[in-house]
Amino acid sequence: MSLETKLADHVAGLPRSGIRDFFELVQARGDVISLGVGEPDFPAPWHIREAAIYSLEKGETSYSSNLGIASLREEISNHVGKSHGIEYDPATEVIVTVGVSEGLDLAVRALCDPGDEIIYHEPCYVSYSPSILLAHGVPVVVPTVAENDFALMAADVEAAITPRTKAILLNYPTNPTGAVEPPEEMEKIAKLAVEHDLIVLTDEIYSELVYDDVDHVSILSFPGMRERTLLLHGFSKAYAMTGFRLGYACGPPLLVEAMMKIHQYSMLCAPMTSQVAAVEALRNGDEPARMMHRAYAQRRRMVLSRFEKMGLPCFTPRGAFYAFPETACTGLSSKDFALKLLEEENVAVVPGTAFGPSGEGHVRCCYATDPDLLATALDRIAGFAERHRK
Amino acid sequence: MRQVRADAYGAPSYPRIPMNEIDPILELLQQDARLDDAAIAERLGLSAAEVSERIAGFARNGTVLGYHAIVDEDQAGTLDVSAMIEVELQPEREGGFDRIARRIAQFDQVESCYLMSGGYDLLVVVRGSDLREVARFVAEKLSTLEGVRGTATRFRLKKYKQNGFLAGTPAEVERLSVSP
Repeated sequence: MSLETKLADHVAGLPRSGIRDFFELVQARGDVISLGVGEPDFPAPWHIREAAIYSLEKGETSYSSNLGIASLREEISNHVGKSHGIEYDPATEVIVTVGVSEGLDLAVRALCDPGDEIIYHEPCYVSYSPSILLAHGVPVVVPTVAENDFALMAADVEAAITPRTKAILLNYPTNPTGAVEPPEEMEKIAKLAVEHDLIVLTDEIYSELVYDDVDHVSILSFPGMRERTLLLHGFSKAYAMTGFRLGYACGPPLLVEAMMKIHQYSMLCAPMTSQVAAVEALRNGDEPARMMHRAYAQRRRMVLSRFEKMGLPCFTPRGAFYAFPETACTGLSSKDFALKLLEEENVAVVPGTAFGPSGEGHVRCCYATDPDLLATALDRIAGFAERHRK
Repeated sequence: MRQVRADAYGAPSYPRIPMNEIDPILELLQQDARLDDAAIAERLGLSAAEVSERIAGFARNGTVLGYHAIVDEDQAGTLDVSAMIEVELQPEREGGFDRIARRIAQFDQVESCYLMSGGYDLLVVVRGSDLREVARFVAEKLSTLEGVRGTATRFRLKKYKQNGFLAGTPAEVERLSVSP
């Protein structure tokens, strides 16, 4: 018997994660300064951890309702009401998920019939295409380019729409580029969604992390969007709660109900402790979140100023905590740049191709890293860039 | 090797309790006073010259009183003793507590001196090479001052946290070195 033949085709066919290979290389080396992470370097603020500990002490260890504990859904509704100006009914329009990762998975599984297409933009988070494939959907990629500051152009989206298109998947601010979508383009995409009666999935996990007086503009702020959009958000980045695995989706009752149908069987509910911690984050977490944001802002300035000084072109990211500089001046491909930098300088950055073919020619540098380590890493990158300059 | 990140314990880059409306340069210096002007400038998007000037201004106008490493004495192996003395004062007709408080603050043995609300007036932090020395200072120099009505001496036994920095060896927390 060959076990391989027992695997489901759509799983066996999933391409190997580009980031996984690189991860293993870095693990094998000692003493690497890594700019290759996708999470805050801060632990979750103490008051949030303390609330989780207290909850455990009290013995709150049972299942919660499938949609999530009522107090959390209330707080989410209030929070989104303030941030997005939309009042979602906590009873029917909010579902607590195990990270945005699960939220996205539920959404695509709830939506895709085999052959349904979902349009998404690249370079992007590693799970988008695989999630769509696992749901038997067809991922339709629209590349974005540095010349446009990695904005998703409505014209490109329009060109990708077919009679089988079910949804558009957006992620702004974007991992890995740090791009923020210009409101004019977002508005045009909103109009396309209305015109072609498409669902919109908007992953806004980085929406609190914007800089340079940029305001996050959600596609939800445009007419005709509320009834067709699922807002995916969570606690991982703004509140440094990655390990808590807590996120949420807000949307029309029918969509939330459909997601709940899957969630109730696959997950039952998000972890109780994490949910309690999340309530604390929303109630009292504004100030620590603001301070972390301020720290990221300072590091961002440091990173951008250093890239400029070392002559590594890098488009100015206005969101998230990544910089996406170009490798062209060294004549090296993304992968070669990352590999050689690792070998020669013990600094890890992620090759842009891990985020899709349109990431070629770039590497992703995360500045959610201790500033001293960041400074040292940047010094080493400067030396490397100088040596390899063409 | 997996990237190891210290917990909040002692990590200077961890954002601490904010002060309302604090100047961002002061905030950075409070997190890490060893940052040079160029490093501060880089993080705030200012010129190094502007940072230098503002820091010099803080020194001139008494906003920044000094720079000082926060040391864990147990770790450093010093045997010094620290005590907090609660001092009850007789307020003066002109000047309230100020004159006496300033006089007390002048002593080298006095590390810190604060006017407090509540059951006593002044909190005086005193340092000495041993218990007896501190007690002698309080008995001979402090309680004898005109205007001092009474003192209560509390010896410090252990330091857990000071000025926002936690004492003790930071817990090593493992963190993935590469993640999407």
